[in-house]
Amino acid sequence: MNTKINFAGIEMKNPVTVASGTFGYGREYADFFDLGKLGAVITKGTSLKPKSGNKPSRVCETASGMLNSIGLQNPGVEYFANNDLPYLRKFDTKIIVNACGSSIDEYVELCKILNNLDIDGVELNLSCPNVKEGCMAFGNTYEGVKKVTSEVRKVLDKPLIVKLTPNVTDIAGIAKGVEDGGADAVSLINTLLAMKIDIYKRRPVLANNTGGLSGPAIKPVAVRMVYQVSQAVNIPIMGLGGIMTGEDAIEFMLAGATTVSIGAGNFVDPYTSIKTIEGIEEYMRKCNIEDINDIIGKVEMN
Amino acid sequence: MPKQVLAKLVEKQEIIKGIFKFSVKASEIVETSKPGNFIEIRVTDQVEPFLRRPISIYNLDRKNGILEFIFQVKGKGTEILSKKEVGDKIDIIGPLGYGTFKTEKYNKLAVIGGGIGIFPLYELSKTAKAQKKQVNCYLGFRSKDFVMLEKEFEEVTDNLIITTDDGSYKNKGFAIDYLINDMEKEKYDCIYACGPLPMLKAVQKYALENNIECQLSLEEKMGCGLGVCLGCAVKTAQSPKDAPEYFHVCKGGPVFNAKDVEI
Repeated sequence: MNTKINFAGIEMKNPVTVASGTFGYGREYADFFDLGKLGAVITKGTSLKPKSGNKPSRVCETASGMLNSIGLQNPGVEYFANNDLPYLRKFDTKIIVNACGSSIDEYVELCKILNNLDIDGVELNLSCPNVKEGCMAFGNTYEGVKKVTSEVRKVLDKPLIVKLTPNVTDIAGIAKGVEDGGADAVSLINTLLAMKIDIYKRRPVLANNTGGLSGPAIKPVAVRMVYQVSQAVNIPIMGLGGIMTGEDAIEFMLAGATTVSIGAGNFVDPYTSIKTIEGIEEYMRKCNIEDINDIIGKVEMN
Repeated sequence: MPKQVLAKLVEKQEIIKGIFKFSVKASEIVETSKPGNFIEIRVTDQVEPFLRRPISIYNLDRKNGILEFIFQVKGKGTEILSKKEVGDKIDIIGPLGYGTFKTEKYNKLAVIGGGIGIFPLYELSKTAKAQKKQVNCYLGFRSKDFVMLEKEFEEVTDNLIITTDDGSYKNKGFAIDYLINDMEKEKYDCIYACGPLPMLKAVQKYALENNIECQLSLEEKMGCGLGVCLGCAVKTAQSPKDAPEYFHVCKGGPVFNAKDVEI
């Protein structure tokens, strides 16, 4: 039985990764299991300079999911390179850095630095809904996505993945911008812009008023978007949004994802990613699938 | 280091209406737990309600590997939890929080709590008593009907002062006022607090103005409880006004030195 996947030139032992912002830089989860079991670790969104993030309250629970408005709090790329990267490198897994910025120049500067680090790939964050500048502001038009992607491509030799926001009308058209900008892969979906109101205080629960919705509540939206993007582009897809089990992961892969990512599921159970890997293998045994690559995009439309 | 365990519920008691004390067998967690630590409980194996519930540790029975926690039924999650029966397994991660109550350096301790914030102060008082410290405890409640754990706290403190806001039981008024009143006589060298935000603010203000050591156990909405999601932010006292910096309650806390946080 083969679970090995080549994703955008990155050789992974299985298709299961952990999503940016739900796994820190790996340390906390290494208390629970060997990070070497994962296909890849995608780091917390990392910027050129440290960011302190948004005012609390930053998180709240919603039906089968949660909202967050962290605001990309992170220690900056220099701290990451000196402290977290050497730690992560101790594990036999691939390291993909989620890169965020507030201007094209900032993305380019950051990726110049990342290009010289011992990492396996970069995931360009064009999709965080919780910061005023950059990110989603670039990610919601074809032109914006293509422009940032192509500028970063000029300075980055490593595999380049672009993470998209679902807060758009035409996800497939925007994914074309990723492909046309020269990226190696696309990942989707980031969180859905959302709001929860405290009816007694008559105020939004989050200090930032709005936040990003994640968890099983968004899975059907994510599966639909992965399918649409798979029909529009020829680059591979990393699918994510509410994955809790191997069955969920298989659904994304049938829709067209080559790899998947566990996000909020990590918070609920630290072993969600490991259980997802086991669940995929169980499905393969049950359905007599020799090679996991054989199921990618194999959904048949009614 | 936190561990995930399926802990068997060995005893369950509704101590006052809507407030439950659970005793679970969780030797692996008990072993490494310190006063002030908390646990995170997953109340269902379904996806609704979604997140774990952070709950403070009330008592550690180290000899028998029993962990006790007390919670109020407030919403869907705690409602489901309250329905668990003796013998059921509960999915718990703990101990959590690297900021715990520190007692080594002090000899005369003032412990102050309010309402459902008093629970982590029991293990603190018990531990400090075992270290031969003097422990005076001030517990404030809304009224007589909300007073709880009086006998239990009496056993682990030298003096227990119970207050009710309306005077319907014991001393009338706020616990903080009784603590301040005793200060001249008792000369406490550290104050430990957990409770509603107005109480914590009053304790912090008093401690800082009078240069008394003070440790506060804080609460904030949490995503993961592990220090990963960075949801439970609390502003650092030293951070510049225009560029706030944050600790996280689940990792840096839940117990902070009163000097370090802006609440």
